[in-house]
Amino acid sequence: MVLTVVERDGEGRLTAESAEVLAAARDLAEELGVPVAAVAVGETGDLPEDLAKQGVAQVHLLQHELLADGGPACTGEALAGLVADLRPTAVLAADSDRSTEAMAWAAARVGVPLATACTAIRPGSGDDEWEVTRERSGGILLEDAVLDAPIRFATLRPGAPSPSETAAADEVTVHVVVPELDAAVPRARLVDRQPRAAGMTLATAPVVVAGGRGVGSAEGYAVLEELAGLIGGAVGCSRVATNNGWRPHSDQVGLTGTRISPDLYVACGISGATQHWVGCMNARAILAINTDPEAPMVTRATWAVIGDVHEVLPAVVEELRRRSGR
Amino acid sequence: MVRPLDVLVCVKRVPAVGAEILLTADARAIDTRHLGFTIGPHEECAVEEAVRLVERAGGTAGVLTVGPPEADEQLRYALSMGADHAVRVHAPVADPDPEATAAAITSALRELPPYDLVLFGEASADAGHAQVGFRVACALRRPVVGGVKGIEVDADRVRLRREAPEGAEVHEAPLPAVAAVLEGLNLPRYPTIRGRLRAKKAVVRVVEAPQPVGGLRTLRLRHRSEAHAETIVLGRGAAAAPAVADVLAELGVVR
Ligand SMILES: Cc1cc2nc3c(=O)[nH]c(=O)nc-3n(C[C@H](O)[C@H](O)[C@H](O)COP(=O)(O)OP(=O)(O)OC[C@H]3O[C@@H](n4cnc5c(N)ncnc54)[C@H](O)[C@@H]3O)c2cc1C
Ligand SMILES: Nc1ncnc2c1ncn2[C@@H]1O[C@H](COP(=O)(O)O)[C@@H](O)[C@H]1O
Repeated sequence: MVLTVVERDGEGRLTAESAEVLAAARDLAEELGVPVAAVAVGETGDLPEDLAKQGVAQVHLLQHELLADGGPACTGEALAGLVADLRPTAVLAADSDRSTEAMAWAAARVGVPLATACTAIRPGSGDDEWEVTRERSGGILLEDAVLDAPIRFATLRPGAPSPSETAAADEVTVHVVVPELDAAVPRARLVDRQPRAAGMTLATAPVVVAGGRGVGSAEGYAVLEELAGLIGGAVGCSRVATNNGWRPHSDQVGLTGTRISPDLYVACGISGATQHWVGCMNARAILAINTDPEAPMVTRATWAVIGDVHEVLPAVVEELRRRSGR
Repeated sequence: MVRPLDVLVCVKRVPAVGAEILLTADARAIDTRHLGFTIGPHEECAVEEAVRLVERAGGTAGVLTVGPPEADEQLRYALSMGADHAVRVHAPVADPDPEATAAAITSALRELPPYDLVLFGEASADAGHAQVGFRVACALRRPVVGGVKGIEVDADRVRLRREAPEGAEVHEAPLPAVAAVLEGLNLPRYPTIRGRLRAKKAVVRVVEAPQPVGGLRTLRLRHRSEAHAETIVLGRGAAAAPAVADVLAELGVVR
């Protein structure tokens, strides 16, 4: 069995990432000649309906009062118990924070390795040896690795080849599983949750105007804000800007900031270091503004303007205003 | 109530790569002959947080790495930021697999004096397995929270703030506890000259710990294939503004 950890969104529907992982699980299961089963935390809700569409006929629902606010570690403990009972061939999950953390705990408890950030997983010729491809250094490098374990735990990065079509399952069998969780074990508990403020975020903005060292100061971002306003975008920055206290960390694009995939990325005075590049490489188009024509951001961009951001940006803003008559 | 805290931060020596990454001839690792080394930004924030917690409450901030003797350089950097003591768990290889790393840290923690709070980065900067902290917490049966962007200690409990898809969450755990933190938790300080001098003189405690090899073995690293079309240079300086405006209009982004 290929056991697949699935997550649900705020409306209780299967997340897109989970659907992607299920597609990968189906391919793997078919190759191995074994079934796919899903595992989720909580009530039944719409899950059987959503899973049927994915061709999944079996779901294990972990239900325990400690799971409500126990966080990923607690889910991981429950998952480990289920894995010990079912002895699946593989356990797959999306590479979300929550699932990865639960998988890390479960793999540790079961005593097996875990391959995170995988882009591919292939059963190998050796009995226990499978091969995985995983992202390293934020995805600029790929690593081919052997995953040598009786039960293969892996989390999958989004963006796998588009999910194969599948026949819907006729019926989904729901197994309610009440894990054994020792109430005396010290655990973290969720004690408060503040809903996210509505509005455009860096991660979802169609256009991002970002500034790096070349912007020179916190005040220097005013013209980036202005341009962003004119083209419906959010403002982002490089780590140099964050470290200098010019912008909050929530604006940072990159490996340790936010990874974005806007239609247009405007990179102002940003060199394009690897750790920044992995955050913006999925942009559909890049416009680089830089004094250095050899900067990696410039050579990788769709369009470039060679020049000082302090001259180029005000001129662009003025030109846009002139054209729109504002 | 404030009481003294003993905090330990786990850090990893990683190559400080630039815009191009070169690989070794056997493609198993990054060619580091011309590179410096560093600790990841998440871990830098973890060190800063440990130092701040101890500045406020008293106690000690320790730093630990699993690595070869060269990794002392990263421990000394943490000491120069204000950590009080450093431990290196000797490892013959620079990049052990995550099970081996976790096993080494777990057994070192069983030998060392007890810590109230053990901090990890969410993921190491090079390998990014995103699991060593959770493995250690599991082995030691400690509460753990990941993705942490805020830490508050109150007597025998710690409150840990994190972002989740539904919004900002606060988790509470009894001490001793483990947290995996994210950059943005704070703004790490630059080491002072005094800090650097102190760090140079400090003694790094070296301990041995069993490191059973785990089941994840690197075969090779490779570059992700990236096809770049030739960059279209729209112009130089302010004179490029009309061409930029044309491109923006063509893209349909101008409001
Ligand atoms: C593990 C790790 C994780 C990291 N994570 C991130 C991350 O998430 N995000 C991130 O951004 N960085 C990250 N970094 C840092 C990264 O390596 C670079 O140091 C950083 O991205 C550089 O920022 P920058 O491009 O603004 O500065 P620089 O590299 O200094 O580049 C400045 C650029 O501006 C140009 N310039 C200068 N003046 C002007 C001017 N007046 N007009 C126009 N152009 C000008 C220069 O030609 C140059 O190309 C990370 C580093 C490590 C080690
Ligand atoms: N060799 C190491 N020595 C000490 N701590 C480490 C080491 N490798 C990883 N860690 C810690 O574990 C965290 C997660 O690492 P990883 O699971 O490799 O992504 C890192 O941010 C460090 O805090």
